[in-house]
Formats: sequence, structure tokens, C-alpha cells
Amino acid sequence: MNLLGWTFAAPALLWGLLALPILWLILRAIPPAPIRRRFPAVVLLLGLDDKTRTADRTPWWLLLLRALAIAAAIVGFAGPTRAPLGGAAQSDRPLLIVMDGGWAEAQDWPALRDIALQDLSNAGRTGRSIAFLRLTDLPQPPLWQSADTLRATLAAAQPAPRAPADFAGWAALLGDQEFDTLWISDGLNHAGRGDFLAALQSKGLVEVAVPARAPLALAPAAFEDGQIILSALRQPSAATQDITILAIGTAPDGSEAELARTPAAFASAAGRATARLSLPPELRNRITRLEIEGQRSAGAVSLTDDTLTRRKVAIISAAADTEGLQLLSPTHYLTQALAPSSDLLTGSIAQTLTQGPDTIILADVAKIGADEATALTEWITAGGTLLRFAGPRLAGTEFEDGQDPLLPVRLRAGGRATGGAMTWGEDKTLAPFAPASPFAGLTLGPDITVSAQVLAEPDPNLIEATLAALADGTPLVTRKKMGAGQIVLFHVTANAEWSTLPLSGLFVQMLERLAVASRSDGATQAEVLGGGPWQPQRLTGAFAEMGDGTALAGVDGDALWNAMQTAPSGAVPAGLYLGATRSVALNIIGKGDTLATFDWPSSVVLRGPDQAPPAQGKGPLLAGALVLLALDIIAALALGGRLARGVAVIAIALLLAPAPPAQAQGSATDFAALRATRGVVLAHVITGDSEADQIAQAGLRGLGEVLTYRTSIEPEPPVAVNIETDDLDFYPFLYWPISASQPLPSPAAVEKLNRFLRTGGMIMFDTRTGDLTSGPEQDMLQLLTTGLDIPPLEPLPQDHVLTRSFFLTSSFPGRYEGAPVWVEAAPQSTLDAPEGMPFRNLNDGVTPVIIGSNDWAGAWAVDDNMMYLLPVGRGFAGEEQREYAYRFGVNVMMHVLTGNYKSDQVHVPALLDRLGQ
Amino acid sequence: MNGTAPDLRTQALGLGYALPALLAQAQQLAAALAFGAHGRRRAGAGDEFWQYRPAQAGDSANAIDWRRSARGDVPFVREREWQALNSVGIWADGAQSMQFASDNAVPQKANRAAVLALALALMLLRGGERVGLIGGAPAKTGRAHLGPLAAEMMAQNNPSDYGQAEMAGGRAAHLLYFSDFLGPLPALQTAMMQAADRGARGAMLHILDPIEESFPFTGRVIFQSVGGSLTHQTQSAADLRARYLERLAQRKDELTQLSRSLGWDYHLHHTDAPAIGALIWAHGAISGAAR
Repeated sequence: MNLLGWTFAAPALLWGLLALPILWLILRAIPPAPIRRRFPAVVLLLGLDDKTRTADRTPWWLLLLRALAIAAAIVGFAGPTRAPLGGAAQSDRPLLIVMDGGWAEAQDWPALRDIALQDLSNAGRTGRSIAFLRLTDLPQPPLWQSADTLRATLAAAQPAPRAPADFAGWAALLGDQEFDTLWISDGLNHAGRGDFLAALQSKGLVEVAVPARAPLALAPAAFEDGQIILSALRQPSAATQDITILAIGTAPDGSEAELARTPAAFASAAGRATARLSLPPELRNRITRLEIEGQRSAGAVSLTDDTLTRRKVAIISAAADTEGLQLLSPTHYLTQALAPSSDLLTGSIAQTLTQGPDTIILADVAKIGADEATALTEWITAGGTLLRFAGPRLAGTEFEDGQDPLLPVRLRAGGRATGGAMTWGEDKTLAPFAPASPFAGLTLGPDITVSAQVLAEPDPNLIEATLAALADGTPLVTRKKMGAGQIVLFHVTANAEWSTLPLSGLFVQMLERLAVASRSDGATQAEVLGGGPWQPQRLTGAFAEMGDGTALAGVDGDALWNAMQTAPSGAVPAGLYLGATRSVALNIIGKGDTLATFDWPSSVVLRGPDQAPPAQGKGPLLAGALVLLALDIIAALALGGRLARGVAVIAIALLLAPAPPAQAQGSATDFAALRATRGVVLAHVITGDSEADQIAQAGLRGLGEVLTYRTSIEPEPPVAVNIETDDLDFYPFLYWPISASQPLPSPAAVEKLNRFLRTGGMIMFDTRTGDLTSGPEQDMLQLLTTGLDIPPLEPLPQDHVLTRSFFLTSSFPGRYEGAPVWVEAAPQSTLDAPEGMPFRNLNDGVTPVIIGSNDWAGAWAVDDNMMYLLPVGRGFAGEEQREYAYRFGVNVMMHVLTGNYKSDQVHVPALLDRLGQ
Repeated sequence: MNGTAPDLRTQALGLGYALPALLAQAQQLAAALAFGAHGRRRAGAGDEFWQYRPAQAGDSANAIDWRRSARGDVPFVREREWQALNSVGIWADGAQSMQFASDNAVPQKANRAAVLALALALMLLRGGERVGLIGGAPAKTGRAHLGPLAAEMMAQNNPSDYGQAEMAGGRAAHLLYFSDFLGPLPALQTAMMQAADRGARGAMLHILDPIEESFPFTGRVIFQSVGGSLTHQTQSAADLRARYLERLAQRKDELTQLSRSLGWDYHLHHTDAPAIGALIWAHGAISGAAR
């Protein structure tokens, strides 16, 4: 149903409007109800007639108000929607919804999907059949369905971490039915898009919606002169744009963290923004991916593989077997410089070549065997870097045909000495680096001098080959490209014999730039083809999230190489692949990719990204109906004379609205924490039985006095803890007198107690009855400990550390004596400990619970004047019993606070004895 | 009535202790009472010593007070003062019209009536009088009777809209009516006449809710009696006000006339006023000071 551009979700409801006139009549006939009042003296009113009798009708304006409210509600529930006029949304042919569904749509996916859902709803209202295609899938013919069937599919659709492909395949499967198309596109110029558009247009009208935000992408990082070159891509536009590129990697603690960030700016009309990131090798090795900040799309993420990680450097020196001081070793400075950032290989050339080094350094090696030279040449051509250093041997070597192919320039035999005690000349300094040199930008220290060098024969190519020169123009570093690799020669020694260069920081920087520059182009075809199968490690999700790929099957080298040359596909998804020797990152954006805008022909209806969604009439109409009804309430109250009362009720309801609770809890908790952490604090559990609690407090006070007096434990005044509300973590020891009337701890409190026990706390349960076999306290003890994590127990054995952790004692009396005391049982394994190990060694030696019934606190209890509160036994024997009670208490506290230290101490005499022998 | 028997009793105790003990006025026909605790200033049945008189013929030997007689030659008889109990009957109207309070701040009329009745009963019992509810259990003396009295008052549940005074038993020498007197006047008049015929004196406490005096209603209202038996609908309650007040005044006037004609006391009390004022008045009425 279509009314002035409004369509209705449930047009049948509109028939309800016909009932309005009837409603009007009924409402008109029923006047507002009078108030009913209880009034005892009504008997006096009987017979009193009204003087004037007016016809009682509902006022017309109230009628109008109500009729309007009901009409608004009816129309509102009918669900009016005003769809935008024109385009595919308005026709009555079947509607094909096409989404690119690639990485470039991820950024705006919810908005784009909403567009699709809205058009789906609109089309569904008019009963059109609909099909939905996602172009990143494998081509399939459209499946025509009803809107309701398709809604769930569409709502659950997600973009794929790749670009839409195989437009030709899609076009071939479109069928011969006529339909209109809504194409929700990422707006990028993918190959074949124009043909597919033509195919769609041959079927009917095509309307296109593009994301509001143009997608950004990140090209794979490259290396140049020791810096990471980052390139961000966008569709060229006139506006400038600033972005930030993040380097993300593994933090030292193993978590993923942002390691570095660098800004980049798109100039006006530029499609590429470049940034350089200079990072220390340690940090650079950690980088796992680079991404554009704030971009949630797979294209804005670039995984890094081995390209950024440590490389293997082989250092080979001819003087390896000569004896000499270490500082004179030709390779000492090289090792020092390279060890932090590289894996160093040693051995002969043939040996190291098998390990696949990235760089081979030959320090003053003049003679290279023919086989080795062939292997080296092959290796350099494949991308290796050969770094050579001069030295007496190289200087003294005559080459047969004048040039060694493994040297960048022809050398003049003999070299020269420019400074030093035996020459007239002075030490030479370095000339500033030429801008084209890889060393450009490095600062020269004034103290770098060269006293001897090998000289190059003059040559037309010498200037080109020179990377660094001395102040007099003679080359210091020369380079020759060979295939994919290069040969670099330092015309001085690698140690400090000929120059001070190896002593300087500049040497390290130069090496870094040279070594890093060797592998900027990622994995080679040979590596990929031969390195398989490639196991996906981490997969890039469409929203730039990282997924685990280890569950997927491996990919063989051909497929991976193809994907690397073209683009990731469903079979070879973007991600990090691990091969036999190295890892390879397959990114959505390849090295040479650019982002271009697709120019939509004028024949398509282009829906702007800022297209307003269809106006929904339901909300405003229902809100209006509610407002009208609220007005009606006020009007009816006013008519009935009850307005004041209604207002009062509303005011009271507002006044009674809950106020935010005051926050005074924090300070009290903090105070308790401060008090509990000032020193060792003995604590007892509040049982609710005030006498038991007082005795427990007094007992701990008495024990604390004795501890202070006799041992180095000087506890703070004891505290009473409520196991429900207080934090137990501060206390090493809890004394828990059992009272038959105490409430059972809540599950949360039990959990807290278990945590307390597991983390080294000790609870001393005391039924205070002298009898652990029966009685209400015993029953309560069972109930209390039901949920607690209490290990197997045994009666305290005579060799337990509790019997000798401070005093030697064999009885554990409180006010009662003789009842067994239970502690954690020794595990079976230590029971068969070898002879001579009399003491247990469990759980750091501390039993988590002591369960007894001797009323220890009663024996310990003292009042404020340190007078004993309760009698123990009779006469002198009783005082002796109290003394032993204190001794047991001291032993317990020692045991709690020192763990297995005390049980280890017993071995000391034996150890000293052995030492003596 | 709102509140339970113990509640009522507590409230009544609070009020009763505020006044001195009350001796009901012994001003009744001797015939009406079988025995009494009031000194009648004449010899008769009683516990208190009244006088010695020389023994006369016809006095039984038991009556001779031998201790006194031994001091002289003449036998003496020990006479006791004739004491008579004043019996007070109380009617606290418990009809539906009394179960009404216009506001939470004022008590229900029935509650006020019960409190006043019990306070008065307490004072009377403390003074040794016999107190009972009209139409209830027989009047009894002793403070222990207060509890049963309160319970009985609670138990009286009158489902009709307006209370009906009655003259049951008729043994009571003094009648106290606590009501809003909205019921039919002729019935009340008959009851009072009967009481007066038997020589009983009485007092009427007219208890009204403030809303019944002010009639603050406007607009369309259906007035409904508390029991729901009577309704009256009006379009404009404000128009009724003057005529209602006129009728109320007329009712008060009739009650005053009625009480005066029988020598009774009449007092108007509003539930928003303190109860103590009404108690003082009732105290006066019983002890005869009000006249």
C-alpha cells in the first residue's frame, strides 16, 4: 500500500480508523466519572437537590484530544515508512542486493548492511522477491527468496578479508530474469567491475550505494637504508588527510603492544602517503604487523614476515687461527657490532653458505677457492650481500687478471699508508656522505681517521661504485651490484689497525644500513615454491582482527606464490604462512597496488553515502499518541476536580525517586587495610557470640605480648575480622573460636576463606570444649568447614615442626589438655623419605589449618592490665599448663611466619657436621 | 475501630492517668442499687466503720461489738456505713458512620469514642464504680474489668450505617453516649426517655469529623455512606454547602434540646481536637460539675 510515498507495514490496521466516529459518539455520551466520596453525614444530604442541572457531556475538545490520540496510535501501529523516491527501491520487479563484501567495506559495514536491510524491508513490504549476492564468495546464481527468509542471512552477513573477484563468473550466472539491482559497493576500481555493471544494467535498473568513508590501505613495508618505509594508500582525492601508522608487535612480556607509531600525510590529489620509521633492531625484530590507526579493515593491516627480523651474518676471517690479542682480532669489532642485531655464523665459506646467511663478511680474506667463488657468486646473484674488509693480505695480493670478480673495484696492489709514525703524511678523515649513498644522513665524528687503505684503480665506474670516500676523494667503501645481491668493500681493516672507524658508533650504523638493505624485497619465488607446504599461522580478519590459522590445512607453494602475485582468495586467505625455513606474509594489498575510484556511469542511480534512511512514522506517531493521552489524563483530572491531588501524587513519586547511595565505605575499608598492614596483625573471626569474641581478642592480645617479649615477632594489637565483609588478605593467621550459635558463612565468604587458605594463610579452629568428638560446637565445626578447602588431616605427630619451631614442646594445651590436635597430613611420598629427614616438608611447611578443642585463647587471654582472665588448671600445675599453652602459641606463630625455614633449620647441625669432615 | 484491644487499652490508660480518680456522683435512688461502695453517710451495708450505737432489741447477738461493749455497761452494736456502687453504662457507637476519618492525621470517630469511653471507664473503675457497656455484659467493678471492657468494645461490630442508642438492662444509674448521632433522632429520643423514666442520668458526647463541619467539596460528587447503604449524587457540591451546614446546625440544636429537656449533658467534640478536652467535660458531667 502506498499513500503519498508512505508505505505501511500492517495496512490492515488502518481499517481501525473507521471505528473513530463510533468511538466519538460513545465517548460523547459518557461524561467524565464523578468522584466518589465517603461521607458519613450523607444522611443529612438526602433530599437536597441541585439547583441547576446541566446536561453532562464530555467537552468537545476532550473528545477531539482522545480521537486524535487513538488515530495516531492506529496509524503508528500500522508502521508507516516513507521510502526515498526513485531508484530501484521504488520499482516492483525483483530486487537483487549485491554487496562487494570485501575488506574495503569492513570499515562501514554496519551502515552498509543497514542500507541493504532497509531496502530489503521496503521491498518486502511490496512483496518483491529478493536475492542477495556477496561478490567475495565464489560465483553462484542468485537465489530468489522472500524478504523475511532473507533478512536473517543478510543481517548475519560479514565482509571477507579479500577483494571481490571474478566479476565475469558472477555475470555469467545472473540468469535471464529481469530485476533491479541495489549494488552496495566499496567504490574501488576492481578489475572487471565495469563488465559486471553492464551485465546488471542489461537486467534492469541499477542503484549504487558507496561507503561514507573512503577506505584506506597499507602497502607492505619496505626497507631502505635501515629504515622501514611505510606506504598508506587511498583513492586520490583533493583533500589532504593525516593518518597514523602503528607498528604492533610482541612486548617483552609476551602481550601484543604498540611498539611505535609514525604520522603520515596524504598530500592533495595524492593516493599514497609515505612515512619512514627508524627503530632499533631489537624493537624492529618484534614487529608482527603494521596498521593504520583507527581503520578497522583488513586492507589497513600489513603483516610482516621475516623481512623485518634478525638476519644471519657469517663472519669469516683468514686470520682465525693466528694467535693474538683479542682486540687485534680482525673480527672482534664486527662481532661486537653485529651480535646484538644478527645471528652470527662462523666457519668456512662452504659451511656457512649451507646455512643460508643473508650476509657474508670476509675480513681480509684475499684468496677464495674456485668452488667457493662459484658458490658465492651464485649466492650473491640470488640476493646475498658480500661484505669484504681490506687488510694486509688483500693489499698484498696480486690478482691474475687484475680484478677479483668478488671485489667491487679493481685494487691497486700494495695499498698505501697515509699517516702514522713511518709516513710524512697525516691521517685522513672522511668526506661527508653523498646524498645518494646508503649512508646519507649519518653524522661523521671528528675523531675518525684513516691511516692506511687499499686503493682502487681509477675507473669510469669508480665514482658510481663509491659509497663513502675520504676527504681526499679516495674511496673508503665501494659497492658493486651483482644480480639481486651486492658486493661491498671497506678499503680498511675491520679492526682498528688501519683506521679508527671500527671504534666509532658510525661503524655500527654503516653495517646496519648495509646489512639491512640486503633483504628488502621479501621472499623470492624460489623460496616460496620450494619452501612449502606453507602452514597458515595467523589470519587477517576482515575487521583487522587476527585469527588463528593453525587449524587450517597447509597451502602449497604454487598457490601461495599465485596469491602473492595476485591477491588473497578464499582458498589462500590473507595471513602469515610458515614454511620450512621462513615465514611469508600474504597481505591484501600487494607491493605495487594502488587504490583507484571506480567511475560510475551516469546511467546508474548513485545513492550518496549521506542518503537519509527512510523516514519511519511509527515512533513519532506513537510518541504523539502518548503525549495526547498524557494531556487527556491532565484534562480529565482537571474536569473531575482532582488535578491538585494527581499533581501531589506525581510530586511525591518524584521525591521518592531513589537518591544515589552515599559513598563512605571506601575510607573505612582503607583504614582497616592500613591498620592491618602496619605490621604483623593477629586476627580472630567474629562469631557473634560476644563472650567468645572477647576471649579471642584477649587471648590474641596475651599471645602478642608473649611473642613481643620472647621472640622477634612484635605483632600489632589484634583485630576482629568479619569474614563476610573484611578483606582477609592482610592477615597471616586467623583464630576461629567455634560458637554453636554463629551464622554460617555465605558462599562468597567461603570462597574468600579458601583463597586465604590457598595463599598461605592459616586458620586455627578451636571448639573450646576440650572434646573434639561430640557436642554442638563439634557439629558447628563440621558445618563451617564443609565448603572449605581443607586437606587430609592427621593428629599432630610428635615429629611435626610445630613441636619445635621455637620451643621444644610435646603437648599443646590450652585451658584443656589432652584432646588431639589435627593438622594437615603429610603426603604419602614424603613418608618414605630417607632416614635422617625427621621433619615434614609440605606446602612450604605450613599446615593451612589447626583444628583443636583446647580453648587456647582462654589460656592466653589477658585483660588490659595483663592479668590472666581465666583460670587454667589448679595451682602451680595450672600455671605450667598456661606456660605450655603460650609456648604452643609461639610455635604456631613461628610456623606461620617462617614456613619451612624452621624445618630446614634442623638440618643445619648435620650440614655443619658434614662440612667439618 | 482502628487498633486492637490492647492498643485501645494503652491509649485509654494514658488518658486516664491524667485526671484524678473519680467518684461517681452518688445521687441516685437508693432503690436502684442493691449495694454500693459509696459512703451514704448513713448506716447500712458496707465495709467501713460508721458508728457504735447501743444495742436495741432485735439486734442479733452476732451484731454486738463485744470489745466496745466491754468498756461500758451497755452492749454496743458496730454499725457500718452504707455504701452503694454507682453503676455507669457506656455506649460507644461502633456503627459504620463512626469508622471514618477524613484524613490520616485525625483518628476515626469510633476510635476517639472508644478511647474516651475507656479512659472514663478507667477513672470510674479506679474510683470503685461499676462500669459496663450498654447492651453488653453486666457492669462490673475493679480495674481488672478494663481489659474485658475494651475487648467487648472491640467485639461490637455494628454493620449498619448509623448507630442506634438503646436502653438495655436499665440498671445503670448513669449513661454516657459517645456517638455522632447521625442516626434517626426519634429512636434516640425513645431510648433516652426510657432511661430517664428509670431515673438514670446521662451525658451525650457528639463526636464529629472536621470534614463534617466544613464540607469542603466541589464539583461532581457521589457521596456515599461508609457502609455504602446510602448515596447522594450532586452536580455541584459547593452549592449544597450552605444547606448542609444548616441541617447540621439543626441536628445539633435538636440534640441540645433533647438533652436539656431530660437534664442530660451535651457536648460537641471534633476528632481534630485533643481528646483530653472531651474527657474533662465527661469527668465533669459524671461528677456533676458540668451542671
